[in-house]
Amino acid sequence: MADKRINDLFITGDQTYATIDQSVGRLVLDPKAHTTNWFKWLVVGVMGSGLLMFSIAWLLYQGTGTWGNNVPSAWGFDIVNFVWWIGIGHAGTLISAILLLLRQQWRNSINRFSEAMTIFAVMCAGIYPLLHTGRPWNDFWLFPYPNILGMWPQFRSPLLWDVFAVSTYFTVSLVFWFVGLIPDFATLRDRSTNKYGKLIFALLALGWRGSNQHWHRYEQMYYLLAGLSAPLVLSVHSIVSFDFAISIVPGWNVTVFPPYFVAGAVFAGFAMVLIWAIPLRKFYKLEHLITNRHLDWMAKVTLATGLIVCYGYFLEVFFQWYSGNPYEYKLLTKTRFDGMYAKFYWALIVCNGIIPQIFWWNKARTSNFWLIFVSISVSIGMWLERFVIIPMSLTSNYLPSSDKPYYPSFWDFAMFLGTIGFFTMLMILFIRFLPMINIFEVKDLLYKLKGKKEYVEGQLPVEMK
Amino acid sequence: MAHDFSDPTGLYALVGEFESPETLKSAATEARMAGFKVMDAYSPFPIHGLSEAIGFRDTKVPWTVFIFGLLGVTLGYSMEFYTSVIDYPMNVGGKPLNSIPAFIPVAYECTILFAALSAAIGMFVYNRLPMPYHPIFNAKNFERASQDRFFLAVEAKDPSYDREAIEKVMKSNGALEVSECDF
Repeated sequence: MADKRINDLFITGDQTYATIDQSVGRLVLDPKAHTTNWFKWLVVGVMGSGLLMFSIAWLLYQGTGTWGNNVPSAWGFDIVNFVWWIGIGHAGTLISAILLLLRQQWRNSINRFSEAMTIFAVMCAGIYPLLHTGRPWNDFWLFPYPNILGMWPQFRSPLLWDVFAVSTYFTVSLVFWFVGLIPDFATLRDRSTNKYGKLIFALLALGWRGSNQHWHRYEQMYYLLAGLSAPLVLSVHSIVSFDFAISIVPGWNVTVFPPYFVAGAVFAGFAMVLIWAIPLRKFYKLEHLITNRHLDWMAKVTLATGLIVCYGYFLEVFFQWYSGNPYEYKLLTKTRFDGMYAKFYWALIVCNGIIPQIFWWNKARTSNFWLIFVSISVSIGMWLERFVIIPMSLTSNYLPSSDKPYYPSFWDFAMFLGTIGFFTMLMILFIRFLPMINIFEVKDLLYKLKGKKEYVEGQLPVEMK
Repeated sequence: MAHDFSDPTGLYALVGEFESPETLKSAATEARMAGFKVMDAYSPFPIHGLSEAIGFRDTKVPWTVFIFGLLGVTLGYSMEFYTSVIDYPMNVGGKPLNSIPAFIPVAYECTILFAALSAAIGMFVYNRLPMPYHPIFNAKNFERASQDRFFLAVEAKDPSYDREAIEKVMKSNGALEVSECDF
């Protein structure tokens, strides 16, 4: 029976278009679909956002000195968290764009909330570099506009490439998400029985009527957007890795960084999708749309990208030895393998290198406990990876004056927890007010599955052990 | 396709309701064979092959995206060239003023930004959205077009509009219901 459970279908049970409308639409249209648990999580999220606002206010009042950043470590938690959040966002684009182009239709049930995750994660990421400039009220200087200073931004700097990459990425992700929502707004408009609900969804649907001519252009646009987003997402994290790789700091100046960062982003992002998908499908009874096969395949993607990331760790060690550069070698042996931060390096290897190997076992990929356990371990591991890259290289390079340890301050942790709370709040509001599964694409998937022999009428979702 | 709202009274179209994409497609094909030209189908999700069945072809969106992508790369690179070579030349580490490899990322992001925005805006413009009112919304049961039913509408302005003939085509292809819809 083990194989049967793994090869579960993408949509289980006796489903029709109407039952899909009902099970997804109800979460938006029927307030009773949400219990007090939803409200409790909202409170947690709002409190976290409050912490974020408070730490930002304190930072603006006191200056960046409230952070633990110091002179060799001018980049600390802010850049660690920026890279961590933006990496988490990448799974959404991968699922919505790259899997669409590869005709992986199973993505239809998970793409909507992964895209939402992308947008919210990029919002959390964007906060950090904007505040790290020290005078965030002057952040518009990052953009090229004619000004009385008579100056222009430095286009040869990877930091400026980041400005363009991240702002383009946010804009394109938002557009992609919104146009994906339009047909679903039309469905909600037509299903809503509440006068105000109908009005709001009618406004959001922009008069969508499902005309064939509209669908024709819509699909052209949707595939083009996917085709544009796919290289975009690769470019964004490559450019983030250029922030490091283009410098000459030991441990950063490595050619493997772009692919290694992209794989790490997908790895962290899929882990975050799993962390949200498992409780959501359980509490909102969506096991028939996000099936065990989805979880199984997401776990496999996590495992595969995890192996690429591990390969990156091996290469880093190899390069640091093979380069013959004494500073690279010193970083490896004195700072990573040994020294005050060595425990973080080894924790990284355990979290990202060893624990995900549990996914080789079929049982682990079908067990809620192991899926969540590995996903949390990966999230921690990917955060540690950025910590290993940033403060460890900055506190161990060419000059003895750089040998100054980096300690994060209370406000570093407060702000990090704050962004997690902000992200949670946005996700909780999202699942209440917007359809968290793409209704029209799941109908399309159902239509295509029904044309296949493997679809068995009346098959029930399989229980998880 | 633009709709003619100059005469806001009278008959808009004959609308048939279908249960599945297949019946809708076969009805559309047969109606086109029978010589009806001004028609459109409505469905809750995109159906491949339906445009061919109706005889609708359009490549404006891809061309718009291509042109705006070219515009994006041109503007992006020109901006970098103008600022770094002409208006504010500065020697950075002995690199040439026109540092082509270093200018690629920003030019690339501008390409994607222009192309992606033009794709979305182009879709709205060519589809004439947002359009809050449309006569098809008056059709019977039409709220199910976004849920689980498939509709075919042959418009009254079709030169060969003939209620009997259209109804026969629709019914013979499994239409559940055929009704007229006014402006």
